Amino acid sequence: MGDEHRAVAAIDLRDVHRSFGSVHAVDGIDLHLELGEIAALLGPNGAGKTTTIDMILGLGRPDQGSVSVLGMSPSAAVSRGLVSAVMQTGGLLKDITVRETARLTASLYTEPRPVDEVLERAGITHLANRLVGKCSGGEQQRVRFALALLPDPALMALDEPTAGMDVEGRRDFWSAIRRDAERGRTVLFATHYLEEADAYADRIILLRQGRIVADGTAAEVRNLSSGRSVRASLADADQGTLLSLPGVRSVEIRGDRVLIQTTDSDAVAKYLLTATAAHDVEIVAHNLEDAFLALTSDESHAALDQAAEGSAA
Amino acid sequence: MNAKVPGTVPLAERQAPPLGGFNLTFLAIEVRRLVRNRRTVMVTLVVPVVLFLLFKANRRAVAVGGLGFTAAMTMIGIAVYGAMLASTSGGAMVSIERAQGWSRQLRLTPLSPTAYIAIKIIVAMLLGLTSVAVVYVIGSIDGVQMAPSTWVLTGILAWAASLVFASFGLFMGYLLPSENVMQIISPVLGVFSLLGGLFIPIALLPSVMQDVAPFMPTYGVASIARFPLVGGAFDPTWLLSVVVWTAAFAAAAVILFRRDTRRT
Repeated sequence: MGDEHRAVAAIDLRDVHRSFGSVHAVDGIDLHLELGEIAALLGPNGAGKTTTIDMILGLGRPDQGSVSVLGMSPSAAVSRGLVSAVMQTGGLLKDITVRETARLTASLYTEPRPVDEVLERAGITHLANRLVGKCSGGEQQRVRFALALLPDPALMALDEPTAGMDVEGRRDFWSAIRRDAERGRTVLFATHYLEEADAYADRIILLRQGRIVADGTAAEVRNLSSGRSVRASLADADQGTLLSLPGVRSVEIRGDRVLIQTTDSDAVAKYLLTATAAHDVEIVAHNLEDAFLALTSDESHAALDQAAEGSAA
Repeated sequence: MNAKVPGTVPLAERQAPPLGGFNLTFLAIEVRRLVRNRRTVMVTLVVPVVLFLLFKANRRAVAVGGLGFTAAMTMIGIAVYGAMLASTSGGAMVSIERAQGWSRQLRLTPLSPTAYIAIKIIVAMLLGLTSVAVVYVIGSIDGVQMAPSTWVLTGILAWAASLVFASFGLFMGYLLPSENVMQIISPVLGVFSLLGGLFIPIALLPSVMQDVAPFMPTYGVASIARFPLVGGAFDPTWLLSVVVWTAAFAAAAVILFRRDTRRT
């Protein structure tokens, strides 16, 4: 990126809202993506991932707020071939071949990449003469990826691109995307597979109920869930006292086992070992999955607000 | 805006395609799709020919104004029918493409909705032209005789009928989100044809049918197509019928199309 401080943002969403009836699919999102970033929109179903991507592509318009893609409106960016996408919903014509589909799509752009090149990069050269209707779901998804490569876009958006693929298909697909992104393309993908976000994105944007609840590297997001749980054996534990300890988010008591989620595991451990009869104290660091569950589950509103504050800082 | 974009084409040099993406490669692939579709070929080429031969047997019974004249009248009527069927199914392809999600895929490209519709109309018209040509070839082999200029004029006018029904097909295509749209439309076209006098002269229909005939979308186009053969006075209501029906179908298609592509 030549001119660092004047570089145009790949994506700039400001206070974006979008409702369907009484459902706030996107409820105030600010998102700034630099050129060259590979970011994952991670969240459970209904978190607002697809709605967000639709607005970035100009398929939907925000009720409120602004959407800018490469410094222009989404539809202007799409018509210039600067943005392309692999969507779950976009269907392909079954009655033409893979190559014809690519030739047809290429004909719509002013300076497309050669058809053979994109088929090769998507790993579907051997399918070129097959009718699209005879391709498997995973193969069709790679056809969509090849089509998205045609305009040589600055930004590529993918909405749950590997949904319905088997493990091997997913791995192949992602290695094709990853190879491509190494050339410096900006990639934004939505997924509800945690391991995909962890493995392929440099940045994870965690969505929950239409809001961003965490935003950072996988390591940062992991830390945001305030990393540790403390377990101990303790008879007659007093939930109130434990909850009042600094940093404690939740206390679960099962018989004489207590499970405490906390941001300050040292303080909890010290208290348990010095002020109570607790024994067998274990401290476990959270993995990304715990973070994901903690940040997106419905029972963790308080934690969520904390995390959101943390991510804004 | 001189930031370098990771793609090989610099950001500032990127342009939207001319004509909203309309181009001949797209058109050629669309035509190839039609040719590959056996069902479409059946409906637009085989059905009119079969009908023509069927009505041949019937011709003696309905002969009005001489056998040769009736044969020519029937041939033109069936050419209009073929053009109608072909262009309606061409237009109605949008229904299938909507059902399959292809329309949504296209919205991720620079193709403008108007260019898409233009391609569909051209493809529908080409299909209609083929249908008329096939019926005329069969008619000439079968011994229909007209002055050379009458062949050409009636053929062109029968083909013009496709424009009315390309609009009708688009209207239906946006109205019915179905892969089997033609199965729903075909009976409607059958009624239009029968009541509009395409197969049997209107004068031979029961009087109730004769009363509704002028209000059929086929009435004006068939009358105009037959005019070079029939001669006499040109009835302006024929033209009115064509204009009103085309406008009505096109307006309905545009309204539904806007509802479909509105970027909400």
